[in-house]
Amino acid sequence: MYVGKKVTRVDAYDKVIGRTRYTDDLCDKSAYIVKILRSAIAHGKVVSMDTSEAEKIPGVVRVFTCFDVKEKHYFPTAGHPWSTDPSHQDVADRLVLTEEVRFYGDDIAAVVAEDEVSAAQALRAIQVEYEEYPFVLDVQEAMKEGAPQIHKDYPHNILKHTTIRKGNYEEAIKEPGLRKVEGWYETPTVQHCHIENFICYAEMEGDRITVVSSTQIPHIVRRVVGQALGVEWGRIRVIKPYIGGGFGNKQDVLYEPLCAWLCMQLGGHLVKIDIPREDTFASTRVRHAIRSHIISWVRPDGTYAARKLEAYSDQGAYASHGHSIVAKGAGAFPQLYPCENVEVDAYTVFTNKSVAGAMRGYGIPQAMWAVECHTEDVAAALGMDPVAFRRQNLMPVGYTDPFSKNELYYDTFNQCLDQAMEAIDYKRKFREYQNQTGEIRRGIGLAMFWYNTAVWPISLETSSCRMVLNQDGSLQVQLGETEIGQGADTAYTQMTADVLGVPLEYVHVVSCQDTDVTPFGTGAYASRQTYTAGFAIRQTALLLKERILKYAQELTRMPPYNLDIVDGKIVRITDGRILMTLGELAAEALYSLNHSQHLSAESTSQIKSNAYSFGCTIAEVEVDIPMCKVKLLDIVNAHDAGKLINPALAEAQVHGGMSMGIGFGLSERLLFDEKSGRALNPNLLDYKLSTFMDHPRLKAVFVENPEPTSAFGTKALGEPPACSVAPAIRNAVCQATGVAVNEAPVNPHTLFRRFTEEGLL
Amino acid sequence: MYDIKALYEAESVEHAVRLLTEHPEAQIIAGGSDVLVQMREGKRAGKELVSIYMIDEMRGVSYEEDETIRIGSLTSFSHITKDPIIQKHIRVLGEAVDMVGGPQIRNIGTIGGNTCNGVTSADSASTLFAWDAQVELTGPEGVRRLPIQEFYIKAGVVDLRPGELQTAILIPKKCYEGYAGHYIKYAMREAMDIATTGCSVNVKLSEDKKMVEDVRIAYGVAGPVPMRASLAEETLRGKPVSPAAVKEFAETVLEDIRPRDSWRASKAFRQHIAVVLAERACKESIRRAGGEINA
Repeated sequence: MYVGKKVTRVDAYDKVIGRTRYTDDLCDKSAYIVKILRSAIAHGKVVSMDTSEAEKIPGVVRVFTCFDVKEKHYFPTAGHPWSTDPSHQDVADRLVLTEEVRFYGDDIAAVVAEDEVSAAQALRAIQVEYEEYPFVLDVQEAMKEGAPQIHKDYPHNILKHTTIRKGNYEEAIKEPGLRKVEGWYETPTVQHCHIENFICYAEMEGDRITVVSSTQIPHIVRRVVGQALGVEWGRIRVIKPYIGGGFGNKQDVLYEPLCAWLCMQLGGHLVKIDIPREDTFASTRVRHAIRSHIISWVRPDGTYAARKLEAYSDQGAYASHGHSIVAKGAGAFPQLYPCENVEVDAYTVFTNKSVAGAMRGYGIPQAMWAVECHTEDVAAALGMDPVAFRRQNLMPVGYTDPFSKNELYYDTFNQCLDQAMEAIDYKRKFREYQNQTGEIRRGIGLAMFWYNTAVWPISLETSSCRMVLNQDGSLQVQLGETEIGQGADTAYTQMTADVLGVPLEYVHVVSCQDTDVTPFGTGAYASRQTYTAGFAIRQTALLLKERILKYAQELTRMPPYNLDIVDGKIVRITDGRILMTLGELAAEALYSLNHSQHLSAESTSQIKSNAYSFGCTIAEVEVDIPMCKVKLLDIVNAHDAGKLINPALAEAQVHGGMSMGIGFGLSERLLFDEKSGRALNPNLLDYKLSTFMDHPRLKAVFVENPEPTSAFGTKALGEPPACSVAPAIRNAVCQATGVAVNEAPVNPHTLFRRFTEEGLL
Repeated sequence: MYDIKALYEAESVEHAVRLLTEHPEAQIIAGGSDVLVQMREGKRAGKELVSIYMIDEMRGVSYEEDETIRIGSLTSFSHITKDPIIQKHIRVLGEAVDMVGGPQIRNIGTIGGNTCNGVTSADSASTLFAWDAQVELTGPEGVRRLPIQEFYIKAGVVDLRPGELQTAILIPKKCYEGYAGHYIKYAMREAMDIATTGCSVNVKLSEDKKMVEDVRIAYGVAGPVPMRASLAEETLRGKPVSPAAVKEFAETVLEDIRPRDSWRASKAFRQHIAVVLAERACKESIRRAGGEINA
């Protein structure tokens, strides 16, 4: 059996020696180079554009402006499964190039040139005349009467407002003896910072367009490119090679439509768009900055009487993933610490800033920042121990979500807490760090997180798989669920080998998705790959096995129920005798003069279940008060992701998420100029992505409660590791200094302000 | 792919001077870790370049006859850090340049490039200011030397005349003998970062280590170019070693420095940090010089 073992990644060697080919490696050198002209205002209209100087530059093929987009096919960009019900479809508000400018960095023209240098020169030579409108950068300002209107159909710039009501909040707060704890909590605009910037190229063959793209979602890209071009979806072929990370930014359709459109305008010539880092920051997608207001009414015994959350999510200029993000976080609020009387109001609001989309955690890191900072504040207000207070209020075992039917089957929260506390020696440190004085102080803090795997029943969950047996008994496996660096291909290999009964090396997962060839699947997001693909893999492998054993019956005269495949051999289970190898059977099946058969299987599995995936973080810090600096000394994440398919990959996945959480908590923030709306620090020098010099040794511990709904007992682990890190660090800083910082990141600027306010400086 | 109009490779200092005279618009390129970044950003796109990177006579650290330390302008940061002369006399300079960027940048980046760039945040510059370094400039008129403070004219502009290149950085014996120093780079990350403020202090103590005979302090990012805090130096020079004296010294820097508000950091924050750095760097310098002072 391979599931549960630390097998080596199937792509490890090629990646380490540099043999793996990514989009740019695959693109022919004859490709025209595209550079996109970005708007230099935050809000307004392009009145005219003079491209004559640009077009004179040698090497420039053509300059396309927003005025060249004659057929206006508005398209949505969110990497959500399509809904055939119009009321559930994503907002279609983008054009390949736009006259209407809604943020600084909007796509207003594209230069096509034979080389990068001429393209860059041409970009600088274009003259643009704008009509400027007032712009708004703050969510709550954008909601005010008289604020600049960014999209005409959305009064007060509200893309969506949803509510959750449970019990009666107004009545409940009248209970005598309640303590009110209230706070505002804010998370920053951050960016994914995947190593490989977004890149794609397109060319035509006949009347069909092939787009090769660094994407997480090839089948969705096919649909959206079709919508953006106004052509039949079947005319679009999307190929996804290995990608250098995505973290949700590539769960959006980014520049594939523009690339395909330019290719069509140029008679199908090969064109490549390679987005520079600066534009990846400002003009692809960012994480929604969310401002949350929480009021809790608590009884002296530490139970909640009533709770209220208002969350304002900064959408930026276009709808993209839209309200789904804050809605997911809002959904977690009444569940993590259940209470009889709850009111939640979640708003997603347009601003004239970079567009927010999906990013690892999908609203949960923001929600956990608010909820877990607040939980710490409530425990402090009551004078209760932060661990004991949480244990008393956390979602109880057996809790079932009425909508998703998700159930908490095990005592996951307490088990994770116990493991994490032991791993970091929490109790001793917490005791030692109470009531410190001096310039340099230490603290330890924790935060829980709520997360759920996959998207059912909000939208479609489906996975399709194809397995094709080769002459030697080895096989290819194809799935629409994509390898994006997380190790999905390795997990699929392990699963297939186990269900089919073959050695690991017999299984070749085809890493590249090609929408012309690969079975339909919606791609990598929602931490669903292992869970969702698991169903299709088990089902398809069983189907293939059935066909193999049926063929074995012809060759061995034994009934299929007396046969099995064990370690790549056909075994008679009644006496354990090996009758033939799978290779012998496969060769016979293909070359038989009596009954030749191409043994393969393909099936779709629609998934109508979903699983909770919970855990926590504990962080230990040293705060240098005069220097306004936090040093992370130790950190541990504990997860119940069900049964781990590959513990080594699971650990690596957690390390990556923790690193992202550390940056979110301590240093990262994309800043926008108040005067122009321009992103001020869209580069890796000024945007303070944390480096490994800023990390202590990252620890990951697991509680492996098998998930009953899952094909392999497993569930989400892609996004959960990023969800609770930042508030754990904040709570550690709070223990060290007594200063609560409600605005992430807890960087020196924020600490200088807060320490000054609290009289520490 | 870089937008370079032409590249001329200099084989000697004299050849470089000739090339620069023949191509007055050309930009000098050494390691390229700043120039190529600027070209990519479009700031110096389409320029001619004179590369001086192959001129080995401009590499290395040595003593001149009068024991002046001579650092060839092409010496890379990592070579400076590992150099025995630097380690013996100006360890703090080796430490300061070891905080530049990451290992790759420190292998390609040169101290000449770092100073000719004219930026206030350069990690080598504040220490060179604090050690009264001189720069050697070679041009069509010959060789001249000037104090580094005079070399910096304003943000991004240094005193390089047409046809001239910086060939060495010099630290005379009287400027280093008996001194010990400490540099603190205040940045938002532990690596790959630019200084929010950088502070380099050095002291020379009396024989009994009880008295501060001399103290020098310089900052990066406390003004448009690196700068000394002379008023602060005066408060401590000739004083007995004591925490109170160091504190007064640190607080006085606010009369010298001129930080500004920017999106990178507020003026108030930079001022606060400048004082903390002065105090800490000074105490550490005293300890390194053999003095005793508590935290």
